[in-house]
Amino acid sequence: MVIVPVAYLPTSSKELSSWRTSRPVIDYSKCTRCAICWKFCPDVAIDLSPDPSLSAPNDRFKALEAPRIDYDHCKGCGICAEECPFDAIAMVEEE
Amino acid sequence: MESIQASRRIMTGNEAVATGVKLSRVKVISAYPITPQTTIVEELAEMVANGELDSKFIEVESEHSALASVIASELSGARSFTASSSHGILYMHENLHWASGMRAPLVMSVVNRAIGPPWNIWSEQTDTFNQRDTGWLQIYCESNQEAMDSVLLGYKIAENKSILLPVMNMLDAFTLSHTSEPVEIRSERTAYDYLGDLDLDFKLDFKNPGGYGSLLGPDGPFMEMKKDMRDSMYNSIKLIKREISNFNDQFEANLPGLTENFMMEDADYALITTGAISSTAKYTVRKLRAQGLKTGLIRLFFYRPFPGDDILKAVRGLKGLGVVERNVSYGQRGPTYEDVVSSLYGKADVPVRNYVVGLGGRDIRVKDYEKMFENLVETDGGMEWINVGVT
Amino acid sequence: MYEIRFHGRGGQGAVTASKILAMAAFLENKWVTSFPFFGTERRGAPVTAFTRIDDQKIELRSQIYEPDAIIVLDRSLMKIVNVTEGLKSDGILVVNGKSGNLAETSRYRIGFVDATSIALRNGLGDPSHPIVNTAILGAFAKVSNIVSIESIKTATAEMAPSRKKENVNAVQEAYEETELN
Repeated sequence: MVIVPVAYLPTSSKELSSWRTSRPVIDYSKCTRCAICWKFCPDVAIDLSPDPSLSAPNDRFKALEAPRIDYDHCKGCGICAEECPFDAIAMVEEE
Repeated sequence: MESIQASRRIMTGNEAVATGVKLSRVKVISAYPITPQTTIVEELAEMVANGELDSKFIEVESEHSALASVIASELSGARSFTASSSHGILYMHENLHWASGMRAPLVMSVVNRAIGPPWNIWSEQTDTFNQRDTGWLQIYCESNQEAMDSVLLGYKIAENKSILLPVMNMLDAFTLSHTSEPVEIRSERTAYDYLGDLDLDFKLDFKNPGGYGSLLGPDGPFMEMKKDMRDSMYNSIKLIKREISNFNDQFEANLPGLTENFMMEDADYALITTGAISSTAKYTVRKLRAQGLKTGLIRLFFYRPFPGDDILKAVRGLKGLGVVERNVSYGQRGPTYEDVVSSLYGKADVPVRNYVVGLGGRDIRVKDYEKMFENLVETDGGMEWINVGVT
Repeated sequence: MYEIRFHGRGGQGAVTASKILAMAAFLENKWVTSFPFFGTERRGAPVTAFTRIDDQKIELRSQIYEPDAIIVLDRSLMKIVNVTEGLKSDGILVVNGKSGNLAETSRYRIGFVDATSIALRNGLGDPSHPIVNTAILGAFAKVSNIVSIESIKTATAEMAPSRKKENVNAVQEAYEETELN
């Protein structure tokens, strides 16, 4: 059998949280679920899923898909915080 | 006398390639047209358009993208094909490494054409000799029959699970690509039984996602993969011999081994050639034999893997050997010469000369080969450019 | 081995003529090759094509320098190209044109045929671009005994991309109307 450069490793095997010096934290009371953070994240570390338990600027936003940061893969680049038009993401220093 | 037209048809080398692709039941074709390869692509596009060939034809904006497309389709488990020439091959160079490194068993037909500047669309093999280190097997065809057969043979060898390296088969520009001659069309049924379906163990699968060619550090098995490619290439020599004899049995064909020895048994002087220029060389060998000079010819059917041991066996007892190159390298002798000499080093005591001939489509005539043999008899060592600077 | 060289202009069909002739010989159980000298082909530019015919498989792949026959699809080429260069002394010359004074080439066996009129009469091409390649092969069959007129007609019918009947007619008419020197 030849050696083929194909790897079947789950993404969970590559945990990159140690690269981070600060983490994005979403203030859901300001978040309109516009998904701009999700679109800009260069590491696909933001997932979208509806979660009515999260707060929102008003109730009609609660039915929409809310962004959730995957802290196992977020490297803390801060692009989401920079791009958020509602200042709903803050970069918090890691301890 | 054997009936010629009973089972044969007249076709150009490019038509023969397209027929070979059809017989191989290729599922994906992507190619960018370039003279003198264009009619391969035209013929295939027509076959796909009229339903003769059940294949997906991907139009692209460049050769680089053409090869990228078929690497991806091949890795999805669909037998794929591309074709190019000259500057197109140079533009593909990066992806040539990707195809072999990904162990994608593609077949690509290349119509050998000179490289500019100055612009030149005629025959010369520099374009593919430049690709000898990319991990592709290289087959140089002497006839339109071989152009068709080497597509089928190419897939058979490439797809062997101990090889999994891509194959390029070469046709000399115009001398084969646009020359019409009788070709035996292989039976579709036999071709299908011979090749079967492509079966890759690591094909792209949405249900089982993987990382293809992702980053490896110095401690990862990077170097091991390169050695594995090198091993596969060397080990393929045995398998190629077996597959050629299998091919000849199945199709009642007449392919040579990795090399063809022509009138070598008692030869004193011999030339080594690649591709369709070998035919006129054979004609010359017969002519000189009739005049009493014991000449012979070794034709390289495969150039990668390099059949060094076969050449070593064939040259024993020669008084002179001339390596003919229809390609040019600067600052050192030609690549075939280097390979031949390194195969003979310390094992055979034969003077070897190097001849450069036919660049930019300059016609190679019987008198040119006569001149080489004359030169072999009279001198040894050194390199000669044949039919250059003369009118 | 019998070697034929075609001289024409881009668009007149010299390359196709070389293929039809090869096919005709192939139908008579001969080995053949035919190939163009591929220049930067444009309509009107001089074009050369070659056919080789032999009883055995053909090894020689160089161009043809000493042909047994030369077929000229356009007489005006004879002013700008030395079409008979290398023609064997007992060679055959087939010219598209009415018979006239060709003293310098009279040592050859020459066939003249007005292939242009025959082509136009059969609706092949138009007055500025007549397609004379099939008619000229009829003349070649008359002058030489290499390939029969029947095989040329069969090959023409098989290979003409359109107007098959008209092309076959042109071959026959040229065969009948060819004048020998």
